[in-house]
Amino acid sequence: MAEFRLPKNSRIMKGKTFPAPEGATRTRTFKVYRWDPDDGENPRVDSYVVDLDSCGPMVLDAIIKIKNEIDPTLTFRRSCREGICGSCAMNIDGTNTLACTRPISDFKGDVKINPLPHLPVVKDIVPDMSHFYAQYATIRPWIRTQSTTPPDSERLQSKTDREKLDGLYECILCACCSTSCPSYWWNGDRYLGPAVLLQAYRWLADSRDEATGERLDDLEDPFRLYRCHTIMNCTKTCPKGLNPAKSIAEIKKMLIARRGI
Amino acid sequence: MSMVNPLAKARGLGSAKEGVHHWYMQRASAILLLFLVGWLIYAMIKLAGAGHAEAAAFISNPTNAAFMLVLLVSLFYHAMLGLQVVIEDYVHQRALEVTLYFLTRAGAYIGMAIGIIHVLKLALGA
Repeated sequence: MAEFRLPKNSRIMKGKTFPAPEGATRTRTFKVYRWDPDDGENPRVDSYVVDLDSCGPMVLDAIIKIKNEIDPTLTFRRSCREGICGSCAMNIDGTNTLACTRPISDFKGDVKINPLPHLPVVKDIVPDMSHFYAQYATIRPWIRTQSTTPPDSERLQSKTDREKLDGLYECILCACCSTSCPSYWWNGDRYLGPAVLLQAYRWLADSRDEATGERLDDLEDPFRLYRCHTIMNCTKTCPKGLNPAKSIAEIKKMLIARRGI
Repeated sequence: MSMVNPLAKARGLGSAKEGVHHWYMQRASAILLLFLVGWLIYAMIKLAGAGHAEAAAFISNPTNAAFMLVLLVSLFYHAMLGLQVVIEDYVHQRALEVTLYFLTRAGAYIGMAIGIIHVLKLALGA
């Protein structure tokens, strides 16, 4: 059956509190999930009181400040700090989002920071993305053609055909959507999840790709595709404002269209 | 511990190449039921307070009998498809999954058969 409680060694304990520096007037508490694979302890939630007057506006700024000035053991992924790499995807106050593009002022009270839900944790807020990336690889996310490559030009695409990729190409594979989806939580081993299905549709919608049938063959599966029950958490949480639920619906429509009725 | 490559694990046993029919029929039966349940509510209001004889007379009308039969069959069919989804979603213990799947199928088919027999009995006055 689906597991609704965390295993014993994953139950979250009370952690340490790091008080505000002396003289700080405008502070905010960040409650951050901590787990170290090497110390044999259960996960805990540490509280860091951050002086907002000497901190950047985004949640990622606060996390970097915590690591630099309060607790260097805090582990997290970040890179571009402008919402294009997807590294700092995490669960902030119950919503999966990118820490770098989410202002601290969006949140009232303490800011709770957890790793993306239902992925194995590597350390602190760093989840193991291996299976997610492997699932992305299964859809073979590159152009597949049968016709010979034009000898002296690119494969051309009209402006209207190019526009069909808008809302799809912007996906940065941060996994916020997939890890917000209950179907992906319960059946993520086989269900591809919204991010990978949006990417699959990105190639189905590409006028230059010639493998639509094979791609649909690979997707038509009770688990790979049809675990989507239109819950819509994916679309609600997407930090890039994309609509994976619509892409999944388009794939379902294509599968209906090719059977005739 | 398994040393299977993540890609091999993700590709698994490959695509089952089915699921469209299930998805389509679940929606088709839902739309059909929308109309038929509307008819059932109409029938129930019409027969409110009526006795067995009036109900039998109502069902012995061929159109009403046909509506009732299609309603019962599509209701059990729709329930069967829906329960299959619930089992696939939440039951991950293989033996239990297969057992529940067959039990819901058997239950639905038996429900359809009993329903059909009752309607025919009432309609034909046997």
